[in-house]
Amino acid sequence: MENTIAITDLQIGYQQKPVVKNINLIVRPGEILGLLGPSGSGKTTLIRAIMGMIKPMSGTVRVFGQAMPNRHLLEKIGYMGQTDALYDTLTARENLQFFASLRKMPHQQTVAEIERVARVVSLQSFLDRRVADFSGGMKRRLSLAITLLGTSELLILDEPTVGIDPELRIQIWQELKQLAAAGKTILMTTHVMEDAEQATQLLMIRNGEAIAAGTPLDLKQRYAVDNVEEVFLKAGRIQDAHLSSL
Amino acid sequence: MRILAVFKRVVLEMLRDRRTLALMMFGPLLMLSLIWAIFQTNATQTTVLATQNVDASLVKAVDGTKHLKVVKIKKNKDQTARQLIRKHDYAGVLKEEHGRLTLTLANSNPSQSKLIRQGLSLAKIKLALQNQTRIIKQQQAMLQTLLAQLPATGRQLSVGSQSTAEKKVAVKYLYGSADSTYFDAIFPIMISFVVFFFVFLISGIALLRERTRGTLDRVLATPIRRGELIGGYILGYGTFAIVQTLIIVGFSIWIFKMQVLGSLSGVFLTNILVALVALTLGLLISAFAQSEFQMMQFVPIIVIPQILFSGLIPFDTMPHWLKLIGYCAPLYYGSTAMTNLIEKGAGLLQVGSELGILVGFAVLFIILNVLSLRKYRPV
Repeated sequence: MENTIAITDLQIGYQQKPVVKNINLIVRPGEILGLLGPSGSGKTTLIRAIMGMIKPMSGTVRVFGQAMPNRHLLEKIGYMGQTDALYDTLTARENLQFFASLRKMPHQQTVAEIERVARVVSLQSFLDRRVADFSGGMKRRLSLAITLLGTSELLILDEPTVGIDPELRIQIWQELKQLAAAGKTILMTTHVMEDAEQATQLLMIRNGEAIAAGTPLDLKQRYAVDNVEEVFLKAGRIQDAHLSSL
Repeated sequence: MRILAVFKRVVLEMLRDRRTLALMMFGPLLMLSLIWAIFQTNATQTTVLATQNVDASLVKAVDGTKHLKVVKIKKNKDQTARQLIRKHDYAGVLKEEHGRLTLTLANSNPSQSKLIRQGLSLAKIKLALQNQTRIIKQQQAMLQTLLAQLPATGRQLSVGSQSTAEKKVAVKYLYGSADSTYFDAIFPIMISFVVFFFVFLISGIALLRERTRGTLDRVLATPIRRGELIGGYILGYGTFAIVQTLIIVGFSIWIFKMQVLGSLSGVFLTNILVALVALTLGLLISAFAQSEFQMMQFVPIIVIPQILFSGLIPFDTMPHWLKLIGYCAPLYYGSTAMTNLIEKGAGLLQVGSELGILVGFAVLFIILNVLSLRKYRPV
């Protein structure tokens, strides 16, 4: 089967200063890729390049076999940014309707989809409330619901579980796993280790460079540690040692 | 249609935001009403000139000047002109000492100083004319007596037809009437200005908010074209701008009794185009602001200077380089069209070039807007 995302020798930067260096990455349909790294490590920049929001300095980003940036491919991508990005004066339903209409979703499908995604994030009874009255967690859930609208083949989620309580997190993970089982690809950034453990693939980024990649189990065995967090710390030390030996 | 989705959302958001809506619709009316009220009361402002020891006939002649009131001060009062002005807030003091007239002007308001100087020189001319008339009359009388002594044949000789100075001048006004005030001249300009100001600010802040809260990013993460997004914005805010323009112009015509000598539809069209330019420029400028506060700071840079080129200050006498700046100001064209339509009775065709340039500005700003969104998504 065709790769969902294929990145080769990617360098991205602003004003000739590379923020992300030498990234090679393959993500296949059905995979949940966790992009792990501290804030400022270049996760969001990498995501934006995959979305085609930034042009790479060098290297290539291919999504569904086509080079990014490509506006038409966005049809198949669901995106959730770090900020909630909602219209406060509108109700949850109106927010969902607006983003559904940007995807040119037919009316009947929109109605059904709004019910479905609201159920996933447990917002059914709040659909006609204004977003301004929502708590931080509710906004995050609505933001995720917008991303789940429609039949996106690829979901790109930037820190989706921030501010969401544990119970709901389990629920959201169930949904994500179902989507993956149905052949969709999910890419999420996180710095929560519990999320990282659940991903099928991990890419660890530090200072704009990939320091480790593989399944969680694979990585733990390779670095001979018990959890993903220690993998990251160990890989980070190796990166530092390598840098100082130069 | 994605453009309609954006349009619907903009309208819905605006309708929910009652305060912004009220500000956009009634803010301009408040501003215009204030200008109107101030000019109504200020039109009959009188300038006070104090005189001391001045020849009575001169005082009488000066006193006849419109909007000028003369106050006589007793001869024996020993105060300098400076003290008098400080104490009584006179616009000027005229003193006569040893046959010399001295005029001291407060000059805190140059137009009052000008009025006094004009009044004084007119009075002098009046007096001189009166003198001459008196002399002519004396001479006429002398001639008459001489003529009476002459034989009858010479009597047809009539002497001294009416002097030119005494001829009445019938004044005709090409634009406006004798009652025209400065207010009539600036009001059409102020209409365009408030339309521009409010639309610029509201549209600019709207797109700015979309940038700062991340919804612009999210919208551009869908397959929408950049042009569709800008188009939806223009449709949405344009609708409100048109309503606002209709309210302002309607209010000016039916409440302030503004007389439109030219094309009425032209007045509406001009302001709708001014609103469109303000809208597209506001959207564009918001790309250079990082916060609402910064957007506000663009007002004194982008909006206020335009009023200097809108005709409040005579444009024709400006130096060439200043005129070049004026030609870049959309409001210059808007207010020129407004002045021509309202005061000079121009038709729609006669302001065609101004309206065309406004359309040009709007098109230019729309293109720049679409290009500026490249920062968010290169395709």
